[in-house]
Amino acid sequence: MTTIPADHALYTAAALFALGLTGVLVRRSLLFVLMSLEVMLNAVGLAFVAGGARWGQADGQVMFLLVLTLAAAEVAIGLALLLAVHLRVGTLDGDRLSRLRG
Amino acid sequence: MLIFDTLFGWIRPGAGVIEWLWLIAALPLAGFLLLAVAGRWLPRWAIGAVGVGSVALAAGLAFITAAAFLTTHAPGTALSQTLWPWLSSGDLHAVMSLRLDRLSTVMMLVITGVGSLILLYAAGYMADDDGYRRFFAYMDLFVFFMLVLVLAGDLLLLFLGWEGVGLCSYLLIGFWYRDPDNGAAARKAFIATRIGDAAFVAGLLVLFTGLGTTDIPELLARAVQQWPAGSVPAVAAALLLLGGAVGKSAQLPLQVWLPDAMAGPTPVSALIHAATMVTAGVYLIARLLPLFELAPAVLALVGAIGALTLLLAAYAALGQNDIKRILAYSTISQIGYMIMALGVGAVSAAMFHLVSHAFFKALLFLAAGGVILSFGGEHDIRRMGGLWRRRPVVFAGFLAGAASLAAVPLVTAGFYSKDLIISTVLAAGGTEGRLLWLAGTLGAFLTGIYSFRPLFMVFFGRTRSDLQDRPGWIMALPMLVLTVLALAGGLIDVPALLGGLDASSAAHESGALAPELIVVAAGLLGILVAYIAFATGRASILPHWLERAAHTGLGFDRLYDLLLVRPFLALTRAIRQDPVDRAFEGLGRAAAWTHRWLSATQTGRLRWYASATTLGGVLVVGAMLLLAVQS
Repeated sequence: MTTIPADHALYTAAALFALGLTGVLVRRSLLFVLMSLEVMLNAVGLAFVAGGARWGQADGQVMFLLVLTLAAAEVAIGLALLLAVHLRVGTLDGDRLSRLRG
Repeated sequence: MLIFDTLFGWIRPGAGVIEWLWLIAALPLAGFLLLAVAGRWLPRWAIGAVGVGSVALAAGLAFITAAAFLTTHAPGTALSQTLWPWLSSGDLHAVMSLRLDRLSTVMMLVITGVGSLILLYAAGYMADDDGYRRFFAYMDLFVFFMLVLVLAGDLLLLFLGWEGVGLCSYLLIGFWYRDPDNGAAARKAFIATRIGDAAFVAGLLVLFTGLGTTDIPELLARAVQQWPAGSVPAVAAALLLLGGAVGKSAQLPLQVWLPDAMAGPTPVSALIHAATMVTAGVYLIARLLPLFELAPAVLALVGAIGALTLLLAAYAALGQNDIKRILAYSTISQIGYMIMALGVGAVSAAMFHLVSHAFFKALLFLAAGGVILSFGGEHDIRRMGGLWRRRPVVFAGFLAGAASLAAVPLVTAGFYSKDLIISTVLAAGGTEGRLLWLAGTLGAFLTGIYSFRPLFMVFFGRTRSDLQDRPGWIMALPMLVLTVLALAGGLIDVPALLGGLDASSAAHESGALAPELIVVAAGLLGILVAYIAFATGRASILPHWLERAAHTGLGFDRLYDLLLVRPFLALTRAIRQDPVDRAFEGLGRAAAWTHRWLSATQTGRLRWYASATTLGGVLVVGAMLLLAVQS
């Protein structure tokens, strides 16, 4: 089995992170913003795993598990909030939800 | 003492009467309280009766007490009466104590005696005034505070009376308060004397911190024991107390308030601003003379201030046309004589002149009040004339007063006292004595001019036909009594009453006659000059440019206006904007501004927040990378 060089894994992670960030910044629907956040979290997780493999340490995978649980909790709360917002305001457009303006 | 036996011998009171000393001060206070509290329901005649009667009763009691005191107490001894402890805090034990000695006996008699005569006059003079009750209430209160001042055995109590008479002076100068000018004159008097009073308080503190007591005889005894002559605390205390005396007695450089104080009713000018209150400074220095003798430099300054003041005020009196302002400047000048006498330590001479001055100056003011009434409120002597035939009592009073003021020899009281002062300062010896003598002589010449110039202009010359109110008997009676006193008052041998001449005064008795003759000649020459000026029809004595300087009182008012009043008003205007408050307001405004700026970043847009977070992250990570590369 050929090993994948750590560089490649990190490039992939960076690309994923950039994609996710772009999604967070440009998407209008909060649902897609949430999904883009998941992508960013996974990019970080990939970087941890790649790092762990590079240095032969288990810490990277431990961190990944932590990120996974975080992501699960985030999705659970995030989706619940989305539902509540939808029920209350009737839209999921992030640009129109600006009631907290100072 | 012979004269006292003839004057008071018939009274022969029991010694117990002295125990009623406190009642002398309490009577005018009772009069004040009655008028202030219940005066509303009293008829007009009763107000006058209470106002005059309380002081007249005090005068009667004062005479009896004085007779008892003089027969039972030798000179140099004193009668103390402790009423009650007043303040007790730490080392400070101020006591409400009265102290009657020869000095305060003289003052007490002058205050109550002349005071009741002036109040009787005022009952006629103020008869048609709306503020009749207020007037007598204030006057009684004044007499009370003045008695507290002179009878106080404790310096703090003396200060209470000192401030009290200042308050009454303020209230009575501004008595006709509807005219804003009178209010301004009252404030000016109050503030100018306040400057002196601040010095008095400071001097009191120096004395108390240095000697640990406020009881006057104890204080003087300790000062003489503990402070060597010319030591710093003695000089400081004497200098500060001199400041107080200068303010109250309208001497240089605080003399500016007295001419304006003539805005008050004429009886007020007679009682407060001629006979009694303004001489309080003389009394203070006389009372604390042992302290001043510990500071010879300050004592020399006292003499110099007196001499300068008497000359400048006499000169300023030449340029006045308001009859009351002439008298005001003459008061400043005559008090200058007394202060000058104190400068060589001659208490008896100063007190002698104080007494005769109280007689003739009160008389002059009362006569001036009669003149002002006769001309329907006119004050300018250039618009008066020919009064002597129509108002013989007023004329006799003014003539006697002016003659006494100008020290016409032998027949007037003023001659004996002024002569004693001028010979005493000469006998003090040295260049200083000769300079003071010269000032006194020159002053006597000027006094002759300024005291007879109004006399000629008011009572002689063209007669005016439109005369108005004639002073009634109630006003004529005090004038007649004071006329007698102004002429024969010299027979009351005040120096003997005080227990003999001071050493410095006694020295003059053996002195040459020539200097005395020169003084007498100077006074008579002054009268002659005034007559020539009048006979040749000159309204003013001085050439034009000198006249101007004299008329404005040598420009002291302008000087103080420029140096003190204007900067002070500018400061108040500046403070009115409240710069400190401005700074705090600026702080608040900065906070509000920052708040607005910060809250503007809270757009409520998710995209905005995310971008900002990203940008921040990029910047932080970028900076860290940059630093990592560099190191």
